[in-house]
Amino acid sequence: MSESIDRREFLKLAGLGGAVFASGLAGCASMAGAKQEDFYFVQLSDTHWGFKGPALNPDADGTLQKAVAAVNALSFEPDFIVFTGDLTHTTDDPKERRRRLAEFRDIVGALRNRNVRFMPGEHDASLDNGQAWKELFGPSYYSFDHKGVHFVAIDNVSDASARIGEAQLAWIKADLDKQDKDARIVVFTHRPLFDLMPQWDWATRDGAQAIDLLMPYKNVTVFYGHIHQEHHHMTGHIAHHSAKSLIFPLIAPGSQPKRAPVAWDPAQPYKGLGFRGVDAEVQKAGYEITEYPVIKA
Amino acid sequence: MRLARRRVLAAGIGALAGAAFGASVLAQPQEKVIRIIARKFEFVPEKIELKKGEPVVLEFTTADVLMGFNAPDFKVRADIAPGQVARLRLVPDKAGDFDFFCDNFCGEGHETMSGTIRVTA
Repeated sequence: MSESIDRREFLKLAGLGGAVFASGLAGCASMAGAKQEDFYFVQLSDTHWGFKGPALNPDADGTLQKAVAAVNALSFEPDFIVFTGDLTHTTDDPKERRRRLAEFRDIVGALRNRNVRFMPGEHDASLDNGQAWKELFGPSYYSFDHKGVHFVAIDNVSDASARIGEAQLAWIKADLDKQDKDARIVVFTHRPLFDLMPQWDWATRDGAQAIDLLMPYKNVTVFYGHIHQEHHHMTGHIAHHSAKSLIFPLIAPGSQPKRAPVAWDPAQPYKGLGFRGVDAEVQKAGYEITEYPVIKA
Repeated sequence: MRLARRRVLAAGIGALAGAAFGASVLAQPQEKVIRIIARKFEFVPEKIELKKGEPVVLEFTTADVLMGFNAPDFKVRADIAPGQVARLRLVPDKAGDFDFFCDNFCGEGHETMSGTIRVTA
């Protein structure tokens, strides 16, 4: 029995975690290529370090630290941790932007797991085309391989017009060209690549071009942030899963005429906030998602 | 002699240009222009009153940073760059209230930078 199955059994027995969402494709369990093993990663998103707004989160200065502690307290060590953008809340002041990014980096430096991947959100990167973010965190788009899965991090925020851009699209194509059509591919990005709610800025203007590049690959899953809530959507065979925020939730897409945050509920503090663990399972060629709260109820 | 011919030629060209301009004015009546200022983090005015079927030119300016105007119900959008005038021609084909919003991230209040186009029949 693999370690990941032990972990899932443990989670069930211990009653940890929240709702579990399974995402995967039938019939893709055996694939050629690199050796594949089960593994586990954690996704955190939209921490908005520097945000001030007591009506939405009176613990804006302490929620990130609580999330770090919660990840460190997981019973099983993730293989890696990814932050899918909006690490900081936007500011017009370049100096303050760098200060917030540096503070964020210091706080998440307390994560026990040192294998941490970062991505920018529009709050981090759109006002200076990603300049400050790159100074502190490196390239804003990249790829890497882990235990037989190819990960592609797409930057759809450094351009203030919510575009990936021709240069990056060409890079994505060249990167994917090296993969077999049945390779397991996971995409990390900040905004949804599909048109979830363009009138709420919940879309990527040239996201359809990225989806077109991904479409020939049989096993693709996208994990993103931006919309401050869990959401699951399919474009053809490609699954898209958005993560909760760690600052305040937003209302469900289309539930009201205007996009709006959800106010803090003193009776249920931190409600709607959280992070997720993702089990990458070789046998199912899929991903089992477990949602975790910031603090245990 | 040569000078006289040049003068005649110039007069002829001027007459032709005037005729062409006159024809153009007759064919395309002056369209209503609505000037809209985009600034952090609002459109002024934020409510645009239009009539169904009546063409209008929206003129946008900003003194701040790159802004955007997007009215998805009419499938029109424009970038609004500081120091430039952005123009959009719109012929509303339906009546009702329709949202527009800034679609270039412009700062902390970007998410709430929006307005309404009211089209009456």
